[in-house]
Amino acid sequence: MTIHFNHKPGLVVYLTAGDPSLEATRGIAIAAIDAGADVIELGVPFSDPLADGPVIQRASERAVARGTSLQDVLRVAGEIRTARPDAGLVIFSYLNPIIRYGMARFVKDAKFAGVDGVLVTDMIVEEAGEYLREMDRMNLAPIFLAAPTSPDERLEAIANHSKGFVYAISRVGITGQQQSMTADAASLVARIRRYAGSGANALPIAVGFGISNAEHVARVAEFADAAVIGSAIVELVEKSTAADAPAAVARFIQGLRLRDAALVD
Amino acid sequence: MSSVILPANPSESRPGRFGVYGGRYVPETLMAALVELEHEYASAKADAAFQTELAGLLADYAGRPTPLYFAKRLTEQLGGAKIYLKREDLLHTGAHKINNALGQGLLARRMGKKRIIAETGAGQHGVATATVCALLDMECVIYMGDVDMERQELNVLRMRLLGAEVRGVSSGSKTLKDAISEAMRDWVTNVRTTYYLLGSALGAHPYPTMVRDFQRVISIEMKEQILTKEGRLPTAVLACVGGGSNAIGAFYEFIHDRQVRLIGVEAGGCGTELGQHAARFRGGEPGVLQGTYSYVLQDENGQIANTHSVSAGLDYASIGPEHAALHDSGRAEYVSQDDAAALDAVVRLARTEGILPALESAHAIAECLRIAPTLTPHDILVVNLSGRGDKDMGILARELKLQDL
Repeated sequence: MTIHFNHKPGLVVYLTAGDPSLEATRGIAIAAIDAGADVIELGVPFSDPLADGPVIQRASERAVARGTSLQDVLRVAGEIRTARPDAGLVIFSYLNPIIRYGMARFVKDAKFAGVDGVLVTDMIVEEAGEYLREMDRMNLAPIFLAAPTSPDERLEAIANHSKGFVYAISRVGITGQQQSMTADAASLVARIRRYAGSGANALPIAVGFGISNAEHVARVAEFADAAVIGSAIVELVEKSTAADAPAAVARFIQGLRLRDAALVD
Repeated sequence: MSSVILPANPSESRPGRFGVYGGRYVPETLMAALVELEHEYASAKADAAFQTELAGLLADYAGRPTPLYFAKRLTEQLGGAKIYLKREDLLHTGAHKINNALGQGLLARRMGKKRIIAETGAGQHGVATATVCALLDMECVIYMGDVDMERQELNVLRMRLLGAEVRGVSSGSKTLKDAISEAMRDWVTNVRTTYYLLGSALGAHPYPTMVRDFQRVISIEMKEQILTKEGRLPTAVLACVGGGSNAIGAFYEFIHDRQVRLIGVEAGGCGTELGQHAARFRGGEPGVLQGTYSYVLQDENGQIANTHSVSAGLDYASIGPEHAALHDSGRAEYVSQDDAAALDAVVRLARTEGILPALESAHAIAECLRIAPTLTPHDILVVNLSGRGDKDMGILARELKLQDL
């Protein structure tokens, strides 16, 4: 139960938990793992997702309207863990639902559910003292975001305090699709590498925000360890019926892999 | 695992913290910009040329100092404490918001930014920002919730006339909170070229400190004026509290004068249930919203609650972190007045003193109306009249049925 990437590049799949329902989220996550996702990020829906673009905003709004709570998301995480013991499992949340739940209680319950790591969108390393202590105590992986605008000294702190992987934001902006990868992503990953260790102990770097097709994934494979697919999958779920969504997401993930099969010799 | 920037003890006091409140809870993409802003602001604050230019604009353009007016008829009617009004409503653009907009506008120019974004609730901060952008020849985009655009339509028109682009926000509750989220999304996307001119003592460090510093002129003048007129400090200073910029500006110079009561007035809305008011200290819990740790109206799952107030400027789920600290320490008192009391206060002040207060400021007037009769003629109340009510004529016409009078 640690985060590891079995493929090159690894695939991290983000789902807004509770959209369209918690049962659907569980089914979609399992289908995504079976289709080749290395890590599932379970997004805790929040009323005010200020780092997210329209697709995840809409999904969050629907999930919040259904009453989806952090406790619900941890329960689904536990069910996914039971069904697929080897996949990486990360809780992806804004800070306020965690504060309300209680930081220590959250980390303990996440551990108990079989979660491997946590990413808090609006938590920067300077504010993370209590969070890091609790995560360390329970041996969970804190994953921090790194941005193209982060200077080197921040990247060093981010790499030092992250476990599992570092999440490199491909470009300045909110979540959502883009036409092509900017030069920001490759140069950011190169800068993070300097602080991410080497050899067997190297911390993997995943690139996310705006990754939506096989071309993007192939491009990420050239310089990073994994690609995070978020809005593209959340939008696919939005457009599918609850019954069709698992198969649709599985097909989409297999489609992302078509190109990298050719890349591996 | 050690880091140069991770403090050994996260609860230790450091810049941007007010007791346990404040801090910086933002997406990493914004951190470099916030650090740059913090440094630029520190350098501007120490720069005599910057301060001289700001003081000149505050005097000749905005109209400072504002009068401290003795409300004689209101005092006589209430038969208790002497009531003074700090006339921020007389400022150019009609509210205290111009103090901060001028300060941050000059700071943006100093930083070489040509594009300004801002959120607005009642529209007063949007108008002040649009005004400063016209003055300094900068591009201006204002985010405003659809509900607020409808109820503060006059201010929307004013912003457009001044050359600003007003972007409606249709997500969430379509009010100030959602306008801030949308402004932050714009900032995350355009952070390299854009200055975010935040309008209240809210958000991530350095905003709560910087906005307070720019509003502090209110209490600096207030203290000097009351000492000149009365030769002693007031019994209490009253101000309405949305995000809390006019209140912190009115309180700040009196914080160490322990004998002066500091009274913040929140919006009691139309009821006591979650969603019917914006009284953060009555129904809120500590939490993080939009970059800062403070009291937040929220449900048991940590989802931010909807709020209600007849005044768009007080209709917000969180409160500036310095107010949270003043609340917990007991140095300031926070009460609430509801929609009906605020409307009554508008009418009362209009007909007694010939002054039409903004609905926001009317909440502070309402509390003054309540406590003045309980005090003696030796007591002095200073109410910060943060804005004028012209913008509210549509709401007032409807709520007070002015057509039928």
